[in-house]
Amino acid sequence: MLSDRVLDRLRGVIDAPDLEGTRYELIEEVGRGGMGVVYIAHDMVLGRRVALKILNSTAEACTLASLEHPGIVPVHDAGSLPDGRRYYAMKLVQGTRLDNYRAARPSAADRLRTFLRICEPVAFAHSRGVIHRDLKPENVMIGEFGEVLVLDWGAAGRMDAVETVAGTAGYMAPEQLAGITDARTDVYSLGKLLEYLSVPTDAKPVRAIAAKASSTGAALRYASVLELSEDLASFLDGRSVSAYRESLVERASRWLSGNKTLAVLILTYVLIRAAIFFFVRH
Amino acid sequence: MNKPVFGLLLGAVLGALDGLTAWFTPEVRPQIIGIVIGSTFKGVIAGVCIGWFAKKVKSLPLGILFGLAVGMFLAYLIAAMPQPSGKHYYFEIMLPGSLVGAIVGYATQKHSQVMPSG
Repeated sequence: MLSDRVLDRLRGVIDAPDLEGTRYELIEEVGRGGMGVVYIAHDMVLGRRVALKILNSTAEACTLASLEHPGIVPVHDAGSLPDGRRYYAMKLVQGTRLDNYRAARPSAADRLRTFLRICEPVAFAHSRGVIHRDLKPENVMIGEFGEVLVLDWGAAGRMDAVETVAGTAGYMAPEQLAGITDARTDVYSLGKLLEYLSVPTDAKPVRAIAAKASSTGAALRYASVLELSEDLASFLDGRSVSAYRESLVERASRWLSGNKTLAVLILTYVLIRAAIFFFVRH
Repeated sequence: MNKPVFGLLLGAVLGALDGLTAWFTPEVRPQIIGIVIGSTFKGVIAGVCIGWFAKKVKSLPLGILFGLAVGMFLAYLIAAMPQPSGKHYYFEIMLPGSLVGAIVGYATQKHSQVMPSG
């Protein structure tokens, strides 16, 4: 009887694409999803390693190639295999996946800044009419130079189009189940990602932003990724956020934490004035 | 608003408020109008100087220090003038005056000057 491991190995060998006639040499499989399989391959022309995705259509490669942004993995090449399947080669991103990044317990400010950088390519894609539809920790990579990349655009679709159901449970907006998607679909997933990146000790406004972004009703969410990231940036800059109504004490405390020097100067002035008053009186 | 103008306005407001605190000292209360006018004038001069410094030097600690020094110097000039009673109120005038200068120094450094376009 063959073990599961051996069976998986055999299945991998059988499924391995025939790269005959291409400039690539297969190294190993690194990921498998509903939309295709990703391998590490060696580009024999340029002598470098690339990520090679094997799939059934070139639509994904075309979508990805239309999105030139530092936060989106660039496509190098695309073509057909002898068996008719399609492939595209992209930059092999070396780094840490978002789930491993979170496990390393970065500071709250680092986590939130990383989140803002996840929003950038998504907002850019939206400006080009493309929705990712499968934002989750496994699809975000922190590169070795600190760059944040949004991966796997296999489920991406055009804005406002009725698409086939795609996404990952837990990160998928409720309306996605009906195949309805717009910018707020990704806002929902980003809200879930922010929730994932947050810890219970994070400030209330951050949790409120995550909750607003991942509201069940699309109308209750931020209308765009830009609105979401601006609200979070406001929090990072020590300003109030639209998702959270703070009490007077919280407002004063926020002002104090952002203006410590001024508060000390004013307090010293008041104390000196009070001291002079009592000194003159007595 | 540029930094010297911002410094001038803030210096005038804080100078006036600082002068108004003389009301809490009964001995000088009858001269409060003169004190407020003098204090506002001092604030205006200090504010313009501190604002000009903030325009030239971008440093919060140096801005505060410069404000403190200017505030202290101008307050010294006022404190050195003899009162009708012949008394001098060096500490009473110089300490708060220096701090008001430091506050204006802080604010002018933090104030972002919008440059006209075109």
